[in-house]
Amino acid sequence: MTTLTAACAVFAIVILLIILSYIAVRGITSINLEFLVDTPKPVGEGGGIGNAIVGSVMMTLLATLIGLPIGIGAGVYMAEFGNNWFGSTVRFISDTLIGIPSIIIGIFIYTLVVLPMGRQSGLAGGLALAIIMIPIVARTTEEMIRLVPNSMREAALALGAPQWRVIWNIVLPAASAGIATGVMLAIARISGETAPLLFTALNSRFYNYFFDQPMSSLTVQIYNYATGPFDIEHNMAWAATLILVGLILTINIAVRYLTRKRF
Amino acid sequence: MPSKISISNLNFYYGKEQALYDISLEIPAREVVAFIGPSGCGKSTFLRTLNRMNDTIPIARVEGSVLIDGKDIYAPGTDVVALRRKVGMVFQKSNPFPKSIYENVAYGIRINRMHKNKADLKERVEKALNDAALLGEVKDRMNTSAFGLSGGQQQRLCIARALAVQPEVVLMDEPASALDPIATQKIEELIVELKKQYTIVIVTHNMQQAARVSDRTAFFMLGKLIEFNATQKIFTNPDEKMTEDYVTGKFG
Repeated sequence: MTTLTAACAVFAIVILLIILSYIAVRGITSINLEFLVDTPKPVGEGGGIGNAIVGSVMMTLLATLIGLPIGIGAGVYMAEFGNNWFGSTVRFISDTLIGIPSIIIGIFIYTLVVLPMGRQSGLAGGLALAIIMIPIVARTTEEMIRLVPNSMREAALALGAPQWRVIWNIVLPAASAGIATGVMLAIARISGETAPLLFTALNSRFYNYFFDQPMSSLTVQIYNYATGPFDIEHNMAWAATLILVGLILTINIAVRYLTRKRF
Repeated sequence: MPSKISISNLNFYYGKEQALYDISLEIPAREVVAFIGPSGCGKSTFLRTLNRMNDTIPIARVEGSVLIDGKDIYAPGTDVVALRRKVGMVFQKSNPFPKSIYENVAYGIRINRMHKNKADLKERVEKALNDAALLGEVKDRMNTSAFGLSGGQQQRLCIARALAVQPEVVLMDEPASALDPIATQKIEELIVELKKQYTIVIVTHNMQQAARVSDRTAFFMLGKLIEFNATQKIFTNPDEKMTEDYVTGKFG
């Protein structure tokens, strides 16, 4: 039994390591300062992914700013007050939303934001990512809050703490490590999304710091490079992939560090 | 002597199920009153009606009145938060917050804004720990996790946390049931000591414990109060046959 499960564990980790090392080997050769700061140029003239990095970071940040508070708030509601028909409905819809292919969310935002605005934009991209993020964060938050023993809530209530303080000072901190894991997974998931950005944020060949303009992103840029006919473009796709993986890893480590268990 | 807590004709229901039947009881100030009885007899439920902890159960319903210092705590418009500050509670399983020892005790003081400044807060925390006979053991590691303490120390920390908000009544729900004999003895000594300042109501499974620490004892059976008398009388010459059978170990 031990051997069998250990073999499965090794298999899981080996696949991951192979993918990571293949990306590293293929990507590392094309990475240099110029690649990191330049905008895309015609094939053969160099160029880079500077604007894509900025776009990805901006849209992920926007999605997180919207998705995090709403997701955590909804999770708190479902865990603390959601033992009724409304709570069950929200839970069911969240689960359904998690399972919806992301391109459908892209179409939804296209209809709701892009068409009225008359053009693709970073705002639309960020909103699409936020919608993907909310149910993931909400459900993890709910699960983690349900794990906080009721005796802790009672202890705080018995000291004369109003309910909002019990949730804010006792329940959320106690669940923070678990919630952070969920948030991290959600951020990793949205920063790897391509489909919902294709016709919401579109792409841009330039540095763009404004959310009302089309915005470049690493994933869409990888897609463009990878589908190009030339080897040099494929190499740049690998390099951009390596950067994307590196960014996600950095976010993971940072969040883990910030929410590490102190007590 | 006027009662600190005066309960009359209290009925309690979980949904349609009645858990307490027509209970009337007078609890005098600065005494220890013990509730004994077999499991499921309603003694914990009754204890939790005294600081309205049962409010957190949506289907719970209370009839009758509980007067504390002459005021009905179930009257409409009662400030439950203020009530719970006045009537503190210690639970069966020690339940420190995932915070430092210091912050555990400081929490109640902070949320009730009782301290004037940082120094005052520290003083109050230390006093509460001292009253709970814990200060000597933890004063060098106030900023370490409360979970690093032993079971008995954690329970005394919970008592300190309850005392820090300066309650008048302390409710204890089997505070020593999960502790070894030495830790239990410490808690019992502490209860006797606390009686000088606080009115204490303690639920216990352990009849010897009730005999050791309490002035009066109430015996419950199936949601009914069978007998309430001086502890000495309950354990030597009770009025009710059922009480005698229980305390002599014929059932329960």
